[in-house]
Amino acid sequence: MTIDATKRELLVSGAAVAGMAIASGVTLVAPASARNAGEPASNKVRWGLLIDSNKCDTGCDECVIACKTENGWQGQDRPTTDPQWIRKVNLKDNKTGATHSLPVMCQHCENPPCVDVCPTGASMQRADGIVLVNRHTCIGCRYCMLACPYKARSFVHEDVTGQKPHMPRGKGTVESCTLCAHRIDVGGTPACVEACSTKAGKEAIMFGDLNDPESDIAKELSKHVTTRLRADLGLKPGVHYRGI
Amino acid sequence: MHHYKIILGVLLIVLVGFAISSVQAKHGNIPLPHPAKATGGDQCVEPNDIMRRNHMTYLMHQRDETVIEGIRGKKYSLQQCINCHATVDPEVQESKVRTIKPFCAECHSYAAVKIDCFACHNPALPLEKISDTPLSKMIAAHLIEAGDSK
Repeated sequence: MTIDATKRELLVSGAAVAGMAIASGVTLVAPASARNAGEPASNKVRWGLLIDSNKCDTGCDECVIACKTENGWQGQDRPTTDPQWIRKVNLKDNKTGATHSLPVMCQHCENPPCVDVCPTGASMQRADGIVLVNRHTCIGCRYCMLACPYKARSFVHEDVTGQKPHMPRGKGTVESCTLCAHRIDVGGTPACVEACSTKAGKEAIMFGDLNDPESDIAKELSKHVTTRLRADLGLKPGVHYRGI
Repeated sequence: MHHYKIILGVLLIVLVGFAISSVQAKHGNIPLPHPAKATGGDQCVEPNDIMRRNHMTYLMHQRDETVIEGIRGKKYSLQQCINCHATVDPEVQESKVRTIKPFCAECHSYAAVKIDCFACHNPALPLEKISDTPLSKMIAAHLIEAGDSK
């Protein structure tokens, strides 16, 4: 009983705090994602994705196209060395013959092995859980590429020109999905998420704050059982999959 | 015998002195850098003499703050350098873009400093971006000015 009472008190006091936030009118007006200029990423937030493979079409690659356009990477028909930040993976159950498809990108692990192995600290995790390569200190050793079980990272083998102003890229460094940090930092959503709902009309990818119980993604995660790729490795990816 | 040594010594000193003075003369002939005027406004984020001495420190801090901590929209940024200091260079993409490279190279080649910012960062801005934004209006005004001066 006492435990229950304590729980109740906690809940009530929590509600009071939420009420105050509403009264002040600051917490509700600004979306959780919008940060002021000059403010660093916060560890109160944990960005993640929820990918519903049931909604994802085998032939559709709008998310990949959107990522290429947004971040300015493209293949040059050299599959062994071309960069690849996001790719579509088609799965087939050999017994039943059923197929489905899902996008795979950097899983933004809570315990990222790419960060563990980096000799210079260039492979890093931001306070809000986004795993990045700091190209200023990357020496291109590619240990992180070996460490990543999701094959999420690419090495830039060739000279790059015409980069997007928000996404500098250059030969001799490793790169991967940044969860569109440049968009998130100004209150936006990743390009793949946007393209999946606007271009493909599928809404198979959901983006949000996993730490905020009121966010759409957290509500959806609490409703349905989801899978994280290679959950047995204990890396705690920020990307959740449904239907695999 | 001693005279011979003294004469040789004096000759050596004269020769070395001549060599040094000729190097100095050459050095003096190298023109001082005159970087192009910025297209965006009259005043940089700091006074010119402070920018000339400290811009690399500001940029180094800014790049770490942005990439590692996710801080954006602060006073110093390489993108802002490009926005204001990129100029049309006939040698780069047939003047279809503005590029900051000549502006940086002006002093860096004088001081023999090699930077590699632009191995990854795009030094150029497309001209077709010109629309109604204040910056693009400034660029347009600058282009007209540059055309007049020719």
